[in-house]
Amino acid sequence: MPAPHFDYIAPTTVDEAVAALVKGGKDARVMAGGTDLMVKIRHRALFPKQLISLKRIDGLNAITFDEKSGLTIGATALLADVASHPVIRQHYPTVAEAAQSTANVQVRNMGTVVGNLCNASPSADNAPTLIALNATVNITGPNGTRSLPLDEFFRGPGLTALESGEIVTSIFVPMPPAHTGTAYISISQRGQLDCSAIGLGARVTLDGDRCTDVRIVVGACAPIPLRTKDAEKMLIGQELTDELIRKAAQKASDETSPITDVRASAAYRQKVTTVITIRALIDARKMAKRKK
Amino acid sequence: MKQEISLKVNGDTYDLYIEPWRTLNEVLREDLNLTGTKLGCGSGDCGACTVMIDGKSVSSCLTLAVEANGKEILTVEGLAPSGEALHPIQEAFIEKGAIQCGFCTPGMELSALNLLKNNLEPNETEIRHAISGNLCRCTGYNKIVDAIADAGQRMKSQQ
Repeated sequence: MPAPHFDYIAPTTVDEAVAALVKGGKDARVMAGGTDLMVKIRHRALFPKQLISLKRIDGLNAITFDEKSGLTIGATALLADVASHPVIRQHYPTVAEAAQSTANVQVRNMGTVVGNLCNASPSADNAPTLIALNATVNITGPNGTRSLPLDEFFRGPGLTALESGEIVTSIFVPMPPAHTGTAYISISQRGQLDCSAIGLGARVTLDGDRCTDVRIVVGACAPIPLRTKDAEKMLIGQELTDELIRKAAQKASDETSPITDVRASAAYRQKVTTVITIRALIDARKMAKRKK
Repeated sequence: MKQEISLKVNGDTYDLYIEPWRTLNEVLREDLNLTGTKLGCGSGDCGACTVMIDGKSVSSCLTLAVEANGKEILTVEGLAPSGEALHPIQEAFIEKGAIQCGFCTPGMELSALNLLKNNLEPNETEIRHAISGNLCRCTGYNKIVDAIADAGQRMKSQQ
């Protein structure tokens, strides 16, 4: 069977890419690493008439860090580069871990963190921990630039808040406050190669033993990477005891709406969400106590 | 519409006119007759199509040939330094019995190179992580893991 045919352009500026996307409309698709898009095209799930590659845009692969504000990961920064970046490993260890647990070596050498987010799979490895860290997406479109909390970016499987003609140019992760700990845990059948059956990103900020801020984000257990806000509410302002963590983890699991698919059953997902939420909160609490 | 591209494959430069929807895997195999690189799953899971672009291992089945324009590509055919001598990775694969049907071998060897270029003494966990994107249905992997460790030693002694 012949491969679907399409045109390919590689603009050298974001403005040119936006203009091409506006002109191409629904028939055009933006491509960063291509590891998701090419699979969809070759397996005939998508039939774009034009691909707009972002790879030749100068500087879009930059990873920059400023201790006062935070970390910016450009749209074409590779998963492999994020996973091995010394500054990210030091200040945002779970961001590096999530990138490292995405797919395999070859895909990490091609695919990008931003692409993983824009593909908007409910199981996207990089989403839970980035939402937990209060990341925002920087977007450029025909009407200029805007930014949006990553928490509000996902709208359903494969669906994002991007309007037509808009491109995500980078993701920004603020510097975590003092006494903040994070954890990322993912469960999958084949270690890390396949999509996660469950992913969990947690962030805990402490004032002494009291929890002043917390985020719990579950991947692959709802139509979008899901913040379990009721569970978060149970913890804010409280002393983070093991008993309270167990109760909140149960609540987090109750808030999910997993389905049964090839990767895991709904019942398994719900059970294990509780277990890994407990683990992640305990790990994050430990790290928060250690961190100044 | 066909686009003009230039690929440097195993040190040789090829100027080609190709359709933008064709993958690097197709162009290597069909246009350049470099059939050492295999096509397996076509979705980046099996690693049979692994090649190196500018020193990094990638899945050639998910790479558009136009995206490889101007880049340096290494396939299994370019692994050995000459037509006579084998690369230490290839010697180790033969010696350790890490080849059975051979379909995964080109990809395995390039994934091995991707690991060993930065780390000549990887431990078993590092080796298994390095080949987690390469499936082998014959060997059960243990001999491949042994061969990669051995290849590291061979490359070290040649330095």
